[in-house]
Amino acid sequence: MSKYNITFADIGTTITVPRGTRIVEVAEKVGASIPFGCKENDCGDCMIEVLEGAYNLSIPSALETELLKQKFGKSNNRLACQAMVLGDVTVKPA
Amino acid sequence: MTQPVWLSERVQWIGALDPTMRSFDIVLKTPNGTTYNAYAVRGSEGVAVIDTVKEACAEQFFTRLEAVASYDEIKVIVLNHLEPDHTGALPELMRRAPQAKLYISKSAQLMLKALLNQQDIDYTPVGTSDTVSLGDRTLRFLHTPYLHWPDTQCTYLEEEYMLFSGDVFGCHFCDERLFNDKVGDFRFAFEYYYAHIMRPFREHVLNALAILEPLRMNIIAPTHGPILRDQPKRYMQRYRELSGQRLQSEVNADEKTLVIFYISAYGSTTQMAQMIRAGAEQVAGVRASLYDMEGGDADLFVDLVEDADGILIGSPTINGDAVKPAWDLVSSFAKINVRGKLAGAFGSYGWSGEAVRMLEDRLRGLKMRLPQSGVRIKLIPSSEELEECRRYGQEAGEHLMGVNAPRVLDMADLLASRQAQV
Repeated sequence: MSKYNITFADIGTTITVPRGTRIVEVAEKVGASIPFGCKENDCGDCMIEVLEGAYNLSIPSALETELLKQKFGKSNNRLACQAMVLGDVTVKPA
Repeated sequence: MTQPVWLSERVQWIGALDPTMRSFDIVLKTPNGTTYNAYAVRGSEGVAVIDTVKEACAEQFFTRLEAVASYDEIKVIVLNHLEPDHTGALPELMRRAPQAKLYISKSAQLMLKALLNQQDIDYTPVGTSDTVSLGDRTLRFLHTPYLHWPDTQCTYLEEEYMLFSGDVFGCHFCDERLFNDKVGDFRFAFEYYYAHIMRPFREHVLNALAILEPLRMNIIAPTHGPILRDQPKRYMQRYRELSGQRLQSEVNADEKTLVIFYISAYGSTTQMAQMIRAGAEQVAGVRASLYDMEGGDADLFVDLVEDADGILIGSPTINGDAVKPAWDLVSSFAKINVRGKLAGAFGSYGWSGEAVRMLEDRLRGLKMRLPQSGVRIKLIPSSEELEECRRYGQEAGEHLMGVNAPRVLDMADLLASRQAQV
């Protein structure tokens, strides 16, 4: 399986992950300061800002788009519990 | 007494008294009971009802409401906060006044649906500077979220300089004389309410004060406790003081503080704590301090944690668990905001050593940041193991100061290393 790098800019840490890994699966383990609440697209706590490689994340689902809108998200915001890594990407907490 | 109470010619209190309530929301003691304050505002073109009451007290609310308005006059219902103690009477009010339009904050939309278990509710989401007109009276909405739920807002009656503040500036104090210049001494209730309800949201309190302080203010009408008509600004000023730092800071702007709490049965976890501090102190700008949890209690430590940049907790493992003082400390974090602070755990153990991972999981659950895997040492630390503690402390210091070397990890290694440690 192809592997890609996700970089958490806030802690200067890059992790090589298999394609399709959700950001939530690694963010907590490396101590990135993205706060997680429900982890199921309901609370919006884990909103992140994508600094590089926005097109290398999975396309947001209708539900993620709806929640981002309700949480006043901008076009470079995503939910770390939903977005999957499909290429190299750099993120930080929103 | 089920008469409404006049705040002004056009504004009436139509809330409910609950003098026998003794504990609120599980976490609060209420020796004076409480009130659920709701208000009616009459304009030349209709009546607005601002907030409602707990379902069990709905009868008082409707009796008072009926004394000031008929249901067909109600044009507007404003909900400043959707918690059930303020929305319990809402479904019945909506049935009795079906023409009334519902105004809620933008962040309250999902909550309203979950509260009423209904998807097709007609409502208007509003934010700061949105207004609704009642003819010669105007309600202006102010977006003041997270006080103490995500949905909270305040509503300002422009012509009368009156603020319907929701839970902000409220307290659990039941006194039928209602106004702050008439009721008994409620200072304790006011402080207690802030400490338990608003303190975890300190940053949001400051954001809200920035919006509210410039407003001219004749009356602050909160949803619990006395209506503040005598020197209302004094209560804002008190919030400003309470949301400042608890402890006089001795730390320079370019320094970060690391507080290391520990407790030890035979001195091993103490030795670890001392080495961790020594390691952290090697990093320029780190001010590390040690606190033995045996010599203090969580209620006092929590002030320290609120202002600290990083927290490490050392606990031995006894009967497969971290010890009670460690859990008491962690559970006191609910009173403050610890989100995003650096955290970690360490400890010595006899044979199984679960305490460290259990504490780490809990700290992570509190949305703290745990960039390192904590040190666990079997029984008495050897000199190599103490060196490991020193390195752990140093790395904690580096993470705190943001000078840690960039790391490149592989997810498989990350998972394997964590599994090996558990």
